[in-house]
Amino acid sequence: MTAATTPPAVSDHGGRHRPAARIPVLSAVGGQNLSLIGALVAVLTVFGLLNDNYLSLTNMQVIAEAATITGLLAVVQTVVIICGGLDISVGSQAGVASVVSAMAFTSAGSNAFAGMAAAVAVGLLIGVLNGAIIVYGRVNPTIATLAGLAAYKGLAQLLSDGRAQGYVLNDAVFVFLGRGRIAGLPVMVWILIAVALAVHVLLTCTDIGRNIYAIGGNDTAARLAGININKYLVAVYALVGAVAAVAGILLTARTGSGQPTSGSEGLELKAITASALGGCALKGGKGTVGGTLLAVALLGALENGLTVQGINSFWQNVAQGALLVVAVVIQQRRTGERAVGLPA
Amino acid sequence: MSRAHPSASTSRPPADPPSAAGARVEGITKRFGAVQALNDVTLDLPGGRVTALMGENGAGKSTLLKILTGDHRPTEGRVLLDGRPVDLRSPADARAAGIRIIPQEPEIVPHVSVAENVYTGSLPRRAGRRLDRAELRRRIVADLDRLGFADVLEPDLLGSQLTPAQRQLVEIMRALTGRTAARVIAFDEPTSSLSEHEVDALFALINRLRDQGVAVVHVSHRMQEIFRLADRIAVLRDGALVGVQDAGATTESDLVRLMVGRDLSTVFVRRPVVTDRVVLDVRDLTTDRVHGIDLRIRAGEVVGLAGLIGAGRSELALALAGDLPVRSGSVTLDGRPLPSGNPGAVIRAGLGLAPEERKAQALFLHRTIRDNTSIAVLERLRRFRFVRRGAERDLAQEYTDRLRVRTPSVEHEVRKLSGGNQQKVVLARWLARKPKVLILDEPTRGIDVGAKAEIYRIVADLAEQGVALLVISSELPELLGLADRIVVMQNGRTTGELNRAEATEEAVLALAMADDISPSAPGATS
Repeated sequence: MTAATTPPAVSDHGGRHRPAARIPVLSAVGGQNLSLIGALVAVLTVFGLLNDNYLSLTNMQVIAEAATITGLLAVVQTVVIICGGLDISVGSQAGVASVVSAMAFTSAGSNAFAGMAAAVAVGLLIGVLNGAIIVYGRVNPTIATLAGLAAYKGLAQLLSDGRAQGYVLNDAVFVFLGRGRIAGLPVMVWILIAVALAVHVLLTCTDIGRNIYAIGGNDTAARLAGININKYLVAVYALVGAVAAVAGILLTARTGSGQPTSGSEGLELKAITASALGGCALKGGKGTVGGTLLAVALLGALENGLTVQGINSFWQNVAQGALLVVAVVIQQRRTGERAVGLPA
Repeated sequence: MSRAHPSASTSRPPADPPSAAGARVEGITKRFGAVQALNDVTLDLPGGRVTALMGENGAGKSTLLKILTGDHRPTEGRVLLDGRPVDLRSPADARAAGIRIIPQEPEIVPHVSVAENVYTGSLPRRAGRRLDRAELRRRIVADLDRLGFADVLEPDLLGSQLTPAQRQLVEIMRALTGRTAARVIAFDEPTSSLSEHEVDALFALINRLRDQGVAVVHVSHRMQEIFRLADRIAVLRDGALVGVQDAGATTESDLVRLMVGRDLSTVFVRRPVVTDRVVLDVRDLTTDRVHGIDLRIRAGEVVGLAGLIGAGRSELALALAGDLPVRSGSVTLDGRPLPSGNPGAVIRAGLGLAPEERKAQALFLHRTIRDNTSIAVLERLRRFRFVRRGAERDLAQEYTDRLRVRTPSVEHEVRKLSGGNQQKVVLARWLARKPKVLILDEPTRGIDVGAKAEIYRIVADLAEQGVALLVISSELPELLGLADRIVVMQNGRTTGELNRAEATEEAVLALAMADDISPSAPGATS
């Protein structure tokens, strides 16, 4: 009624089209992503003003390289969270993979591909184990992967005797992975882009992605719609294992040797924080790779800025924890979740 | 079909004169973005009266209730209590003002007693914050007595042991024993999960509340109930109040006309199209909850499954759908054994289930109508593993149109739809799948008359296409109208079978309560 009788209070020429054209763009990017872009611009501006070198190309590359490993783990963490799970053992998995890649490389007579294949195989195995414990052991994912966080870290330390293992920077492939550039961008960043793109396509364009969102959105309904939830969960955790292994290989390539813990510790927190900041609903069913990557960039820019400004790294930990909470608080506010019945 | 113009002919002017006692909503308008949920609604809810609130799903009933209970704030207009405006910013405000809603499924703490559930938040304490069990006991016994629940609610039962009706009683007790005495109590379809006997107890209570001067709001789709209970009947359509009638001065067909704006025959009669070909053959099926079920459904046949809540009908449906383990027995579909314990395999074999709880068991509320429609047919819509967007959209659009889902677009999130439209989306999913056997568990629960009629039409269409249908419903008139044959269950067993000629409400109920009538006899097995 109202729409038919009230003419739009806009002039007939030009200006009328603008709001209509703007809204699709806005909805395509999403409100969450817009605020992330806003925050990223703010961070870049503030640190850019404080320090002349912050916005330099070299520093941008440093940020990108540092964010790559987090980014890989965050992208797969996003998939796990979308299907209603959580994996807090990703950092430890990367540690195991890092050690395995370097040790297999050495024992196979400096064969980089053997090192990488062994790491990915171990990653897949760990992922399947996680999935099986969660699905068939009916263990809550947080608990199962908390156990994994400790156990896989211990495994990496056992394998490596607690020390950095092997030396890989005499190998062209590892050097290329860790230091190489394609079209001005570090190879590591290209790998992140490739993995992120693949996961994005998987989530948005395939029936597999639809089913992953469905499982996280309503597992009972998904099961009754004929989706084999168990198979999906195991596969998703296996994917995490494989990608965590890639992250571990890159860690080896970057540091030059297999690192059981240094470099991979605390990555789970970063990955989960990035997913939450990027708009993943922690109860599942919601989230995008794009949002997560923006959040990874934001976290990376922030961390680098704080370091460049010489802020104590202990404070950076505090900032990380706070960010995770803030991200979830914003999310809960936005969805109105848990608003009813709680004391105001 | 003649199209009536109710606002012109049948209704009184929607503005009631202000009254002192009770509540009043005045000029309430509520918009959610571009959607106008309520449009200038003015309605009195006088104390000592039961006001029934009717309307199709999406008519604005829930929104109006949520404004009363402080869940939503009106875009325009105000709420008055005893003639004074009250500002309801949150559910806590509404509760403090004495406005309570009894939801269909109240929140009950499973591991504590009825008494503790009732007084949650204000438990009697002794020194050192220890629970004063003696005082708790005294209070609950006194309150149960005062409210007349003493014989239906045992104070020591645990929350998890309560029936749906008892859960509602607990919620009602919370409302009536709180710090502020409830002045307005709204019941949101209270009877949808209650048995006949429990309904009687609830209505006796509502009558007593009325006598105590409480303003009762009763939201329901069940005509018989409304005429049994209500003093006044307010009808909403498309967010506007289209009439307030005295219950004594109106008829069922008047109300239906008001609600849908068109004539509608309330009794549904279907042309039988049963064939001889048995599609689903269940023999001696036993699970944890059902025992020795024998059931055959032919192509084009609609079998009704009747029984009280807890008779095991939904459990049978879930077992057939592969979602509950089967202990023994055999099920064949088109002569081939139906896999058990694997919903996906069952679906591929040609059996679909639209489960009882559409929100909890069927829908992905945050996904679009398109996603929800296509989820069970993605394997037909994909090339390699890529979903063909165009084909998917066309499919969703086709079924959205065919089932008359009221939505601006198939890209709309399902949670924004009304209950009836949500149910149609669930049906769209199964229609798109084209199953040979379709089980519909309470397909019309909580949905309005218009949508119900459309769902009956869909069932009839499916039967004519040769689908074998099993319809579970607690609304007997509906089952009698739809089914070629009614199978009655009780306590996990079938207690009898009635054909169209034999099936009456009395006959079905007698079988459904067979044990109550003769506790020793196992009942006439078919």
